[in-house]
Amino acid sequence: MNSYLNKNRPPVYCPGCTHEKITNSLDRAFDRLNLSADKTVIVTDIGCSGLFDTFFNVHALHGVHGRALTYASGLKLADPELNVIVTMGDGGLGIGGAHVLASCRRNLDLTLIILNNFNFGMTGGQYSATTPTDAVVGSQFLNQAEIPLDICAIAQSAGATYIDRCSGLDADLPEKIAGAVKHKGFSIIETLGMCTGRYTKKNRLTPKVLDQMIIDSPERCGIIEENQRPEYGERYRALAKERNTFPEAVAIEKKITLKEYQRQEVVILGSAGMRIVTAGDIVCYAGLYAGMNVSMKNDYNITVLRGQSVSEILISPEKIGYTGIESPTVVLALSDEGVQRRKKMFATLKPDTFVLKEKSVTIPETRADVVEIDFRELKIKKQDWALASLGVMAKKENAINKTMLKHALKSRFSEKVYQVAMETIEKTTQA
Amino acid sequence: MALSFMEGNEALARGAIAAGCNFFAGYPITPATTIFNSMLEMLPPQGGICIQGEDEIASMGYCIGASMAGKKVLTATSGPGISLYSEQISFAIGSEIPLVIADVQRLGPSTGSATRGADSDIQFLRWGSTSGVPVIVLVPKDALDCYVLAVHAFNYAEEFRCPVFIASNKEIGMTKESFDLESAPLPPIVERKLFSGDTYLPFEAKPDAAPPFLPIGGKTLVRQTSSTHGPDGYITIDPEVIAKNQDRLREKIYNARKKITLFEEDIKGNSDTLVISYGVTARAVEDAARILEIKGKSISTLTLKSLWPVPEELLLEKAKPFKQIIVIEMNLGQYVNEVKRVLCDKKIKFYGQMNGVMISPEKIMEVIENE
Ligand code: SF4
Repeated sequence: MNSYLNKNRPPVYCPGCTHEKITNSLDRAFDRLNLSADKTVIVTDIGCSGLFDTFFNVHALHGVHGRALTYASGLKLADPELNVIVTMGDGGLGIGGAHVLASCRRNLDLTLIILNNFNFGMTGGQYSATTPTDAVVGSQFLNQAEIPLDICAIAQSAGATYIDRCSGLDADLPEKIAGAVKHKGFSIIETLGMCTGRYTKKNRLTPKVLDQMIIDSPERCGIIEENQRPEYGERYRALAKERNTFPEAVAIEKKITLKEYQRQEVVILGSAGMRIVTAGDIVCYAGLYAGMNVSMKNDYNITVLRGQSVSEILISPEKIGYTGIESPTVVLALSDEGVQRRKKMFATLKPDTFVLKEKSVTIPETRADVVEIDFRELKIKKQDWALASLGVMAKKENAINKTMLKHALKSRFSEKVYQVAMETIEKTTQA
Repeated sequence: MALSFMEGNEALARGAIAAGCNFFAGYPITPATTIFNSMLEMLPPQGGICIQGEDEIASMGYCIGASMAGKKVLTATSGPGISLYSEQISFAIGSEIPLVIADVQRLGPSTGSATRGADSDIQFLRWGSTSGVPVIVLVPKDALDCYVLAVHAFNYAEEFRCPVFIASNKEIGMTKESFDLESAPLPPIVERKLFSGDTYLPFEAKPDAAPPFLPIGGKTLVRQTSSTHGPDGYITIDPEVIAKNQDRLREKIYNARKKITLFEEDIKGNSDTLVISYGVTARAVEDAARILEIKGKSISTLTLKSLWPVPEELLLEKAKPFKQIIVIEMNLGQYVNEVKRVLCDKKIKFYGQMNGVMISPEKIMEVIENE
């Protein structure tokens, strides 16, 4: 037999510990599969099962508690040729439960060997997620108030495509491990074992009892028919392959030369659904076509379909430093919610600030130059008010002009949407 | 010249791509989500991999695994996610796993405010791991910096085999702005140094350098471990071996601090005040200095783009001619004590603000003028 065991580092388990048997079975499984050592990695968790990687002459990664499956997944995604074997105790199972569930759902081609010995061996025999309620463990009475979980049942409901369970002393274990490794997809093999250092000192657990436990629990022996589906890595790569257009960065060449353009600060006060952010984008594009520097900050509710939507834009011939609004030159007041969000601002507006207010919107007292517009009468839908307001700004040459706006709309929208947008804007120029 | 127009987050993602990043794993969190979105748009067409982890801890685990297989990896999160990353960050620091972590900071503590900015995590990034090994933290002030610093971050991660943080801020990450992407000053790409000798010991290195790398899955067997290890990657309890490794981990970063120093300055010969700041705050500081200049008061500014390791020599050199130093931060004073430690014979004034909004130039002028 071709052994993968590291002769210089023999197992160091307590006498009678099932982990040693499993170590040898894993070695035999490798031999049976004739795995190439340089394409095999053992990823280990924490605890006594976390020593596995040190006994083998294959690649090894030993990481922090409960997270072994996460490293294993990263390795396998990065190098699909790798045979990735994870060893984890019932401790890692409890602490890293989310990763076990995710691995079952995902079906990436990894093999998880769970070394369930019903307690935390290394730290003093405390109870784990698999400790029987009536066991005597190092956590006094705490396990008596909880029930153990059946990871195989959980894995099945989480979509695992291959589940096996047996005694760690099972003579067929090498065959069973080999079957799990061979399976294309995520495979779990739960081994039940004896922690002679801790657990079996106070609990009657013998090879026979282990066999009986396997007989008494629901049978799992490999392929789970109902969960069969493509392996994740292959599926991922097939889906990703269809994405073949790299999104190039927006870049806008100056097309318009303006005489004496002063820094503009534009505030658009609206609500969700009014396409405030799009309008803000268009104002920025307009500025960029005139060779200006621009910046835009948006403020909207985390519940995206409700509440205020505010866009704050700076357009400046100089480089923009501070991106906050200090002295607005244009304010579009398009909804009460939006206005409320910046209500303190109105008292500070200068007399030459251009405020465009929709008829239905109420604004606080201000010295600014307020122009009211009735978009409803113009038969402009609410979702187009912000866009229509840009038409008014351009017509009055506040911050942007018509040429700038046309360039901006053309590059931001498709030809069809551009035509519709222009129609909306035309309605305001007639008003 | 065409100007690009994008969020700081998109710029950071583009910088990562420019650096050769080919793996991303992350978990959505405001205000960092758009880095994930951008990577998801950009990596697949380039043959890269972009994954959403089941949580932040897993995302970091995927990054660690992929990095050990030889990928150049990026992840992105904000304060609550950095908290969850922390156990994996310790692993990556101690076991010399190259990766870049973008922390788009938001107002803490804890859940805090998802859409309010603050430089909340400056100390946490430095000390949020077990052992206190130095880390590298870069800090952008705008979208252009996000783009450029992403490349520096990958270069440092590869050279020093360590996690490198980009401490961005909601006010940069989610603010769209114009900048000249085409002529951005990108440094040449640094690739991971691969081992080329006969017998590979995964952690054998020069006293103040990172060990040469070989990937898991290559012809030579590689061991990686989160446990205290010797050069061979096996557990050790030998105090000498442990001490040597601890010293090396510290020195490979600390001794390279001059190389890792990134900054911008506007030093005026006729001013006696130097304002030191970083991040989005630096923009308001520079605005304030410009306005004061017009008013006839000359102020010099130093904008730090690398916070850790502390650019000690830079601080000493730049602060030397000044009578007064003012430190301004978008928190209640996370970095000022480093400045005080280095410039121990200087009078140092501080202003910090932690209220969910940026410090305005007006406020900064007030601080400067009320000397
Ligand atoms: S403590 Fe238990 S699990 Fe650990 S080596 Fe001893 S018997 Fe095995």
